[in-house]
Amino acid sequence: MKLSYHLGLMSIAFQVLARFLRCSMRVCPIPLFLWKEAIVFFAVDANLSASSVPPEDIMHRRVLLAAAIALPAAAAISGLAWAADPVKVGAIECLTGPAAKYGTMIKAGFDLAAEEINAKGGVLKGRSIELIYEDSAAQKEQAINAAKKLIGRDHVVAILGPTLSNEMFAAGPVANERAIPIIGTSNTAKGITEIGEYVFRTSLPESDVLPVTLKKTQAKYGIKKVALLYSNDDAFTKSGFDVFKENLEKLGIEIATIETFSVKDTDFSAQLTKIKSLNVDALVVSALAEAGGGLVLQARQLGIPKTVPIIGGNGFNSPKIAEIAGDAADGVVIGSPWFIAKEGAQNKGFVEAFRKKYNQEPDQFAAQAYDTMYILAAAFDRAGEADSKKLRDALTKSENNGLLGPFRFGADRSPATAEGVVVTTIKGGKFTLLQ
Amino acid sequence: MLSQQLFNALVLGSVYALFALGFTLTFGVLKVINLLYGFYVAVGAFAALVGVQSLGLGLWAAGLFGVVVAGVVAVVCDTLLLTPLRRARAPELSSLIVTLGGVLLMNSLMHILFGAEVRRFPSGLLSQEAVHLGPLLVAPIQLVIVATVFVLVALLFVFMEKTRLGTAIRAIAERPDTAALMGVNVGLVVSFVSFLSAALSAAAGILIGLNFNAVQPYMGESMMLRGFAVIIVGGLGDIRGALVAGLGLGFLEVMTAGYVSSNLKEAVAFSALILGLWLRPAGLFGKASGKRA
Repeated sequence: MKLSYHLGLMSIAFQVLARFLRCSMRVCPIPLFLWKEAIVFFAVDANLSASSVPPEDIMHRRVLLAAAIALPAAAAISGLAWAADPVKVGAIECLTGPAAKYGTMIKAGFDLAAEEINAKGGVLKGRSIELIYEDSAAQKEQAINAAKKLIGRDHVVAILGPTLSNEMFAAGPVANERAIPIIGTSNTAKGITEIGEYVFRTSLPESDVLPVTLKKTQAKYGIKKVALLYSNDDAFTKSGFDVFKENLEKLGIEIATIETFSVKDTDFSAQLTKIKSLNVDALVVSALAEAGGGLVLQARQLGIPKTVPIIGGNGFNSPKIAEIAGDAADGVVIGSPWFIAKEGAQNKGFVEAFRKKYNQEPDQFAAQAYDTMYILAAAFDRAGEADSKKLRDALTKSENNGLLGPFRFGADRSPATAEGVVVTTIKGGKFTLLQ
Repeated sequence: MLSQQLFNALVLGSVYALFALGFTLTFGVLKVINLLYGFYVAVGAFAALVGVQSLGLGLWAAGLFGVVVAGVVAVVCDTLLLTPLRRARAPELSSLIVTLGGVLLMNSLMHILFGAEVRRFPSGLLSQEAVHLGPLLVAPIQLVIVATVFVLVALLFVFMEKTRLGTAIRAIAERPDTAALMGVNVGLVVSFVSFLSAALSAAAGILIGLNFNAVQPYMGESMMLRGFAVIIVGGLGDIRGALVAGLGLGFLEVMTAGYVSSNLKEAVAFSALILGLWLRPAGLFGKASGKRA
C-alpha cells in the first residue's frame, strides 16, 4: 500500500520534472540510473528492503539522489531567471538550390553574430536570440510559405532575409501585411522597401555602389573611353548595366560599344576581339561571377593588357573571379560595402572568428548578415520588449558602426549612406584597396 | 581583327561539331532523341577533374579517364532506361520523356554530389598564356581543341567505313531487325554506340572545361540547344553534316557578334535551324530519308 503510493507519487513528480526540463529548457532526458536510484530510495524509505541495504548506503544514495535532482533543477531555475523565453527571429534564406552559396554564407554570418550576442547576455536584459531558419531554395512560392509559417506557427517577432530580391518581392508583402518587420540583408534591386513600412534592407543597392566605383577608377586611371558589357538575360545584371550606363554618361565617359552575352555563355571571344580593336581605356562589365571570370580570362588571352582595368559590378564581388581567371584577374576593379582585408580591429576579429568557426573565408554576404544581426539586437534593446510594432520603430532609429562602416536607415528604410563603400582591385589573386 | 575572329569561329565551331557528332550518332543508330546526352558533357568534365585532383592523373590520362567514365555511365543509363523501351517497341515519344526525366534526375544528383559552383581545372595543367601565331593570339588549349576535333572526326569516319564494327553499326542504323538476322549482336553494338557517343560528348565537355575554366553540373544544358540546331541542320544521323553545321554555326555566331551585334548572337542558332528546315529539311547533305549514319 505504502510502496505503491510512494512509487506513484514519485513517478508523477519525475515525469512532470522531466517533461518540464526537456521541453522548455532543453536539458537532456533524465538518465536511467536516476530512475533506479529513485526507486531504491523510496523502496528503502518504505522500509521494505531495509534489511538488505546497509544504513550508510541508504544515506549515500539519498545524498546522491538529492544532488542529482537538485542540480538540474537549480540550473533550470537559474536559467529561467535569465533566459526566460528566447526571442524568436525567423530567417528565410536559400540554403539549397542555385543561390545556396549566398544563403549559407548569410546563415553563417547570422549564426556567428547571434552566438556572440547570446554569449554576452542576449537582448532585452538577458533573453537569448533564437534563430529559426526556413529554406526558400531560390523560389518565390517557397519564400511566401516560409514567411507564413514563421509568422503563423513560430510566432517570430521579426524576419531576416529572404536572400534574393525576387523572393523579397514575394515574401515582403506577407510580413508587411501582418506587421512583422522583415529585413533583407542581400537584396539590391530597386523598389524593395517600397513594399511597405515594415520592409527594411541593410544591403546597399548597386545604384549606390557603382557610382563610387566608377568615380574612383576614373580618377585613378584617367578613363575616357570604355566598352560596356553585360548579360542581357538576367534581371540583376541588366539593372547593373542600367546604373553603369547612366553614371558613365554622367561622368562624361564615352561608351565605345555595348556588347551583350548570356548568363550561361562561356565563350566571349567574338565580343572581346571586337573590343580589343577599339582601343578602350577600360572594360565595364555587369555579369555574375561565373561568366565574369571566364570573360576576364579570355580578355587577357586575346591580348587586352592588364593596364586596361576591368570594372565589375556586385556580381564580380566574389573570390570566384580570381579562382576562375587565375593570374588574368589582376586589374579587375570592384566596389563593395565590405572586403576581407578592411582595416580595423573589429573586422580582423570578425574574419578570425569566422575562419575558426567555419574553416572558410567570409564574404560580403556573411559580413552584411553579421552587421544586420547586431543592428537587430540593438533595436530589440531600444524597443524594450519583443513587440513587432515597437521593434519597427526602434529599427528606423538604428545607428551602427560595424563591419560595413557607419550605418543608419534613410527615410526609405534602405541604407542612408554609401560612406562604407570601398573600391578594391585584384592583385596576385587577392582583393586589395585601390589607392 | 578578321583573322582573329575567324580563328575564334574555328575554335567555337569545333566544340559545337564535336558535341554534335555523338548526338547525331545516337540518333542515327538508336533512333532516339537522347536528352541525357548533354549530361555526359558534365560527367566527362567532372570525372576528368576528379582524375586530376584526387587521383593525381596527368592531363591526357585524366581526359581518357573522363571519357571512359562518361561512356560507362551512358551504357548503364541506356541499359536501364532505353533498352526496355526498345524491347517493348515503345513509340519515339516515350524515350524522349524517359530521358527527360533521366536528365532531371541525373543533373540533380550531380548537383548534390558536386554543388552548383563553377570549378576549374588546376592552373598549370596547361599554359593559359596566349602565344603569337602570325597575326593571331592563340592559347595552347585552343590548338588542342581544333586538333582533337579533326583527329576524332577522321578516326570516326575510318571506323564507320572500314571496320566490321562500323559496318555493323551502319547496318543497325539502316534496319536493326535485318541486321540481327544477319548475325549482328544488336544489344552489344547498341551499347557500344552509347559508349562511343557519350565518350564524344565527354571529350567536348573536357575541352570546354579546359578552355573556359568552367566546369559545372549544368554545363551540358546550354550546349543542348546548339546541339539540336547543329544536328537538325546537318541532318539527323549525318556525321559529315554535323561537322559542317557545327563549324558553320560557330562561324555565324562569331561573325554576328563581331560585326553585327552581340544581341543577335543567340538568335543565330534558331534562325539557322528554321532556314535549315525550310531549305534543306533532310539536312545539308540529306537525300530523302533513311540512308544515314
